Amino acid sequence: MDAFAPATAATAHGPSLRQRLAAQGFDAVTLLVVPAAIFSLALFVYPFAFGFILSFEPKAGGDWLANYKRFFSDPFLYETIAKTLWLAIPVTLLNLLLAVPIAFRVRLLRHQRLLTTTLVLPITLGTVLVAEGLLNYLGPQGWFNRTLMTLGLISEPLKLVHNYWGVFASLVITGFPFTFLLTLSYVTGIDPALEQAGATLGANSWQRFRYIYLPLLMPGFAITFCLSFVQAFSVFPSAVLLGAPAGPTRVISIAAYQAAFEEYDYSMASAVAMIMGFVQLAIVVAVLASRGLFYRGPASGAKG
Amino acid sequence: MIRDTTLGAKLWAAAIWAVVAFFVLNLLAMIATVVTSSFATRWLGTWLPAGWTTRWYDSAWSEFQLGDVLLVTFQVVGAVVLISGVLGVTAAYALARRDFPGKKLLVLLFLLPLLIPPITFGIPLATVLYQTGLAGTFWGVVAANLVPTVPFVILVMIPFIEQIDPKIEAAARVFGANTFKLFIHVLLPLLLPGILAALLLVLVRTIAMFELTFLVAGPTSQTLVVALYYAVFAAGVRAVQSIDAMAVIYMVTTLVWLVIALRFVNPTQIVTRAKQQPAH
Amino acid sequence: MTIALSQFDEVRLDRVSRDFGALNALRDVSLTIRRREFIALLGPSGCGKSTTLNCIAGLLPVTGGAIWLDKQRVDTLRPEERGFGMVFQNYALFPHLNVRQNIGFGLKMRGTPKAEIDRKVDEALSLVRLQGQEHKLPGQLSGGQQQRVAIARAIVIEPPLVLMDEPLSNLDAKLRLEMRAEIRRIHNELGATTIYVTHDQDEALSLADRIVVLRDGVVRQVGSPKELYEEPAHLDVADFMGFRNKLRGRVLEIENGRVLLDVEGARIAGVAREHVSPGSLAYAAIRSDDMAVGTPGDRSLAVTVDTMEYRGREFVGTAHTAGGLDLVFRSHQAVEPGAKIHLQVEDNRVLVFAEPVQGRN
Repeated sequence: MDAFAPATAATAHGPSLRQRLAAQGFDAVTLLVVPAAIFSLALFVYPFAFGFILSFEPKAGGDWLANYKRFFSDPFLYETIAKTLWLAIPVTLLNLLLAVPIAFRVRLLRHQRLLTTTLVLPITLGTVLVAEGLLNYLGPQGWFNRTLMTLGLISEPLKLVHNYWGVFASLVITGFPFTFLLTLSYVTGIDPALEQAGATLGANSWQRFRYIYLPLLMPGFAITFCLSFVQAFSVFPSAVLLGAPAGPTRVISIAAYQAAFEEYDYSMASAVAMIMGFVQLAIVVAVLASRGLFYRGPASGAKG
Repeated sequence: MIRDTTLGAKLWAAAIWAVVAFFVLNLLAMIATVVTSSFATRWLGTWLPAGWTTRWYDSAWSEFQLGDVLLVTFQVVGAVVLISGVLGVTAAYALARRDFPGKKLLVLLFLLPLLIPPITFGIPLATVLYQTGLAGTFWGVVAANLVPTVPFVILVMIPFIEQIDPKIEAAARVFGANTFKLFIHVLLPLLLPGILAALLLVLVRTIAMFELTFLVAGPTSQTLVVALYYAVFAAGVRAVQSIDAMAVIYMVTTLVWLVIALRFVNPTQIVTRAKQQPAH
Repeated sequence: MTIALSQFDEVRLDRVSRDFGALNALRDVSLTIRRREFIALLGPSGCGKSTTLNCIAGLLPVTGGAIWLDKQRVDTLRPEERGFGMVFQNYALFPHLNVRQNIGFGLKMRGTPKAEIDRKVDEALSLVRLQGQEHKLPGQLSGGQQQRVAIARAIVIEPPLVLMDEPLSNLDAKLRLEMRAEIRRIHNELGATTIYVTHDQDEALSLADRIVVLRDGVVRQVGSPKELYEEPAHLDVADFMGFRNKLRGRVLEIENGRVLLDVEGARIAGVAREHVSPGSLAYAAIRSDDMAVGTPGDRSLAVTVDTMEYRGREFVGTAHTAGGLDLVFRSHQAVEPGAKIHLQVEDNRVLVFAEPVQGRN
């Protein structure tokens, strides 16, 4: 039937190895990626693997799980997980709950740049400076307490630094802009024609949010939550400077730091870092797995 | 865009703007507190300081050896910007222009250092750097800072390179440009805005990068932000105003570069690395 | 190593193949292009016409065969060593260079002295009628002007061969006609040799000296526009040349190359373009222009009218037979959709093709 099909025409002269590699995408241009890849392997993958193995070689001797056993039997150590989560989860939820309605409002603004520039300030300045600023501003003699007292809302200064609330405030100041800008980029990425279509079909603003935006944005929100959460979970300088690093804000990164640089026990420090990474991973996986329940696909309409 | 004009919608909008205003007000007041304090002679129990002075800047400069610290900071930042530029742009070009098996894995490898917080990978990284003797040195600090900045440049540059039509490169070839001429006459001029934006953001991020520098820096290789941390940590040893003067110096060095960077990028890009959207 | 214009007589593609990927593969494409010829590569998307052009330009490596410029083998040269001029589909103008710099790019790469570049660019600018625009950036030009810059950039280097990859596909209908005439004018004025890729048979018919029809990476027919239009060699070429009615029927008898087909009871006579034998299935290919409303009889097809479109001087209608054949025909008068009419063709306007071999589609 297919006697005329010239399927075997090119068998006489097969392609060279170079041509076959090029067809796979390997040529001189591809090699440009090699230096960066080697760098990343040497300074990111290798240290991680090294730390992972080192965490099973306790400095003080004992069996290979000794570091982990010590961590989970010493309340001074294992309670850091709960303390960190107790900070990170409420802060992340608050930031996200604030960011979503604000992003929907700011999306309508013609001149977003002034606001986004202002919000980028605390991210750029970093946690150390925010901690120093809040120490003064939220202190008993600071402008914040002073204003509340002048307004007659409180009779004596609130204690807002060197405790849980100081760290909480610093995580909102640096975390909210991050969450917000991420949310804004997702919200503005959705084709407004979808909302207009919803409106012509009789959906009111709540229904448009609930049945059009929310399903499309849910993956973005899940990613935003994850990124914001891991940032908050790794809180370090402000927990030391603004919190009570021996008490309620002794977060897990402080435990890791102390093991490494006060006890010089790199093995234990690596174990704590692995536990820190594992908890972050567990929360992220849990959130992203529940993402499977939501719509996944292009959010920009039928362009793909 | 659809705007509701019902009373409920207006109240809702007002509430949202109130929250935004409250946040921005507190943010600016916090910064103003630091600036005010740095110029205060004495500031205890009053709205404003008793008097104004600039002498804290002199004392901070000498007490904290800010001259040396700033020099180290700019050397570290300069090295990080240059190296991450070279490594990042070349890798981004390969990733933008070629499809090869394992590319997704490689992109993930470059994505991870940006997603994982520095303190998490910083501890094992510092351990390795201490073992090799690099920690505490200038190059140890540079190496640690490169871990997130190289991937950052890669991920900023990939979409930028992708939006340049490969046919333009093909045209340059057809009209007689060899690889070197193609790079000088076509690619470099077209990529320059993107490279500039990426490197300015790297610059700002490296000045403000606390965790990695803190974990690997020694006394002679610490940057301004780490010096500031130690000063705040040891509060009580020095006058608050002196620390605040240092904080202001830190703020100025960061914000100068931020302002320059914002001439080339949208503020949202500092967080999302998304493609720039046309303003509507 | 630019090849001087005068030394060149012909470009020869000798069994050029490109194997990678199911789409856009080429199989043994052989073709000789003579000096000053205007060749159009015509075919539907994915047929390999752009692949052929890119292989000639050196932008894609060939995996078999060779390309010769007279006695010099060029398929092993890098694109920058071939010295061909190319006009790209989206023009691929350098966005950071102005019109003058874009046109002069190729000369600059060759190290031509500045005074000579200026002189040649001026010449090219006047040839494409773009004087006064030379300091604008590509983004400030209209589509037609960008097109002119792309052409000027390709010809200013005095290439032996000018390659054009669907250069008119991004222009609106009116500008397309205008630029089509411009391209032919420039080709003639320069005495250039041009290979022009298009999927538009009108463009190919009006521009080219010879047309190469490609399909699935194989050359189906090579010939002058007149040959292709009047004597397509295969059913798919005929389809491309505007034979929109393809009536499947059984061969009743053959006499001196004239075939009588039974199409749903109607007897349709035509000229055989491929070998058919009595009793086998074959196709009668008929242009819509040649199918008109007629009277009942054993040579006409009974159809029901579906749609009617006004086309100025006449109407074009679509209809279907009881057996489910869809037809396109012309008519001097409007016919109501749903009406039952009879369609007739002149015998000498029908071409008969064998049923296509399976696997070709």
